Amino acid sequence: MSSSRNYILSTLTKNKPARSPLPELPLVSAAGLDLEEKFSKTAISIGSSVHRVKDYGQIEVILKEQFPSLKQVVSRIGEAGLFADQQQNLTEDPHALEAVDLAILKGQFAVAENSAIWIEENGMGTRVLPFICQHLAIVIHQKQIVASMHQAYDLIGDRDYGYGVFIAGPSKTADIEQSLVLGAHGPRSLHVFILAEEAEKVNQ
Amino acid sequence: MKNKQHVRNLKQQSLDISKVQHQHQRMSSHKTHADLAEQFNKAPERVAWHDDTLWFVRQKRDNAARGVEDWEILRETASKIKENVLSRLDDYLMEFEARALENGIQVHWAKDAAEHNAIVYSIFQKHGVERAVKSKSMLTEECHLNDYLQQQGVEIIDSDLGERIVQLAEEPPSHIVLPAIHKKKEEVGELFHRHLGSAKGEKDAKVLTETARQHLREVFLSRKIALTGVNFAIAETGEFVVCTNEGNADMGAHLADVHIACMGIEKIIPKREHLGVFLRLLARSATGQPITTYSSHFKKPRKGQEMHLVLVDNGRSSRLGEESFRNSLKCIRCGACMNTCPVYRRSGGHSYHTAIAGPIGSILAPNMDRKQFADLPFASTLCGSCTHVCPVKINIHEQLYQWRQVLVQEGHVDKGKQLSMQAMKVVLSSPALFKLSGKAGRKVMSLAPFALNHRLNPWYKQREMPKVPTSSFEEWYRKNRKKDE
Repeated sequence: MSSSRNYILSTLTKNKPARSPLPELPLVSAAGLDLEEKFSKTAISIGSSVHRVKDYGQIEVILKEQFPSLKQVVSRIGEAGLFADQQQNLTEDPHALEAVDLAILKGQFAVAENSAIWIEENGMGTRVLPFICQHLAIVIHQKQIVASMHQAYDLIGDRDYGYGVFIAGPSKTADIEQSLVLGAHGPRSLHVFILAEEAEKVNQ
Repeated sequence: MKNKQHVRNLKQQSLDISKVQHQHQRMSSHKTHADLAEQFNKAPERVAWHDDTLWFVRQKRDNAARGVEDWEILRETASKIKENVLSRLDDYLMEFEARALENGIQVHWAKDAAEHNAIVYSIFQKHGVERAVKSKSMLTEECHLNDYLQQQGVEIIDSDLGERIVQLAEEPPSHIVLPAIHKKKEEVGELFHRHLGSAKGEKDAKVLTETARQHLREVFLSRKIALTGVNFAIAETGEFVVCTNEGNADMGAHLADVHIACMGIEKIIPKREHLGVFLRLLARSATGQPITTYSSHFKKPRKGQEMHLVLVDNGRSSRLGEESFRNSLKCIRCGACMNTCPVYRRSGGHSYHTAIAGPIGSILAPNMDRKQFADLPFASTLCGSCTHVCPVKINIHEQLYQWRQVLVQEGHVDKGKQLSMQAMKVVLSSPALFKLSGKAGRKVMSLAPFALNHRLNPWYKQREMPKVPTSSFEEWYRKNRKKDE
């Protein structure tokens, strides 16, 4: 195996063309852009539901309306006290999460151009949670919406994480005759809650 | 007089061509793109449906691209980043390896498909595991990993819905992004009825997807090893990114004790910030989505998990040394060139008899086996649409043309094609001969169309003869210009 490593590296060294410089990355200006509006429009166009809320209490009301008969809810936003009566303790074994109906996570930031939301492992508890749950809700702050993926990676910078993911919409497939079906293997729906600016002060 | 001699030679050559073509058809051991496309074209309605479906995906791509103001700058930037990658691939691989090892990922190197398969199997043996779940990986298709593992008694279940459909049908994927694009919902219904117990005659995409969801959930929950592909690997951080819409790569990897990710060595990009460029391009080019549902960044194994990454060469390092063909290594496997290709849309992915179909597959495959895939660079009209949509600006149609020269020179092309290309060269390099042969051609076509429209001339399959003009444009122009002056 180490001989294959040597073979591959030495062949590449022999065959590579003259050094070519890295280009400057394009900048996408956020000036004059209503980021929240762009985010919401894009999210809805790919099958998400978007709710603008003032506080966490409103989130619980909306979710209970949407899902009247939930059995298992996991919220990873501890301080918000969401579904306090229905909280399950997370186990180490990811397989135990199979029965989770709804998971509620906090998004670190969101991207207007494609409605993707960035979440790192510590925001999920268990990596499989946002995939194995039947429905997913993600809460983002209004001021944490950036214009494009370039700004997104500026924010991520050189952060150290074990696992991180951009989530944009519910799990979906169009593999049968290009008909779009939501809920392939992961969540059947994604509810995004945008916490409005003034609401944050109340919560803090 | 000289011309007459030329024409006589050409006539003799064209007789030779028919003879050789006949021989070739009889002697040919494997079916060529033309043979397989002919089979596909036996059902014209299906061809039209296939054509329309893929064109629809192409249109979605166009809409998505138009929605991005700096689209062309983005393509140019992506192409330049890849240019830099190719010029430093050895450095970046070593940097990636060092960072990945620090992250706790076990890194393996495979010079070819056989070594890749053996490495993967050795991990199964180490853990005494005989069943696994796999998300989409064109590399493992290229290496025929499933067949190999099956021979060793290991069962692999593909978890991408399209891949599961073709796996149940015992077929290879016909498209790198849309593996079952050639299948009608009725056929999927029949397969699911037979294998997964859905109701007979069920053809509703929603119901069938739910059937697959239930079936694959059980698979995800019970497999100890999960395999995935890799879309991008970052030298700077030693992490790799996997993009899916279904969430199947994550369901597999996060539930399994062992995660094995397999990648071609060209999937390396220098820095994390470069993902911003490629993730903006990939899904928009592939399906017209602004981004895939999930862009998963795997940097370290989760607690208690084992994570392996297999770096595979399989001809890539030597392709880097071929100036005309090296930039095919820029490909990010979006499939845009297939969706736009008039030949792919009307001949179907299986007619390319290789893991990666369409224009990009036709310039990748001859690298691996010139003789077996010598037909593919000819399965194109050279219209250039593939190059036009490629997000990393690979000059696909020019490479198709260049491959034709190489394959003819090296004798991988049948004598008929060689002779007709030589004849074309003679005619096209002499203006006098070009005029004369045009005149002769028009005469023959108007007096005796059957001389061309016969079974030895494949151009006339599924085609009618066009009406023949009485004069060439040049003759017409000379006559009409005189009148006006």
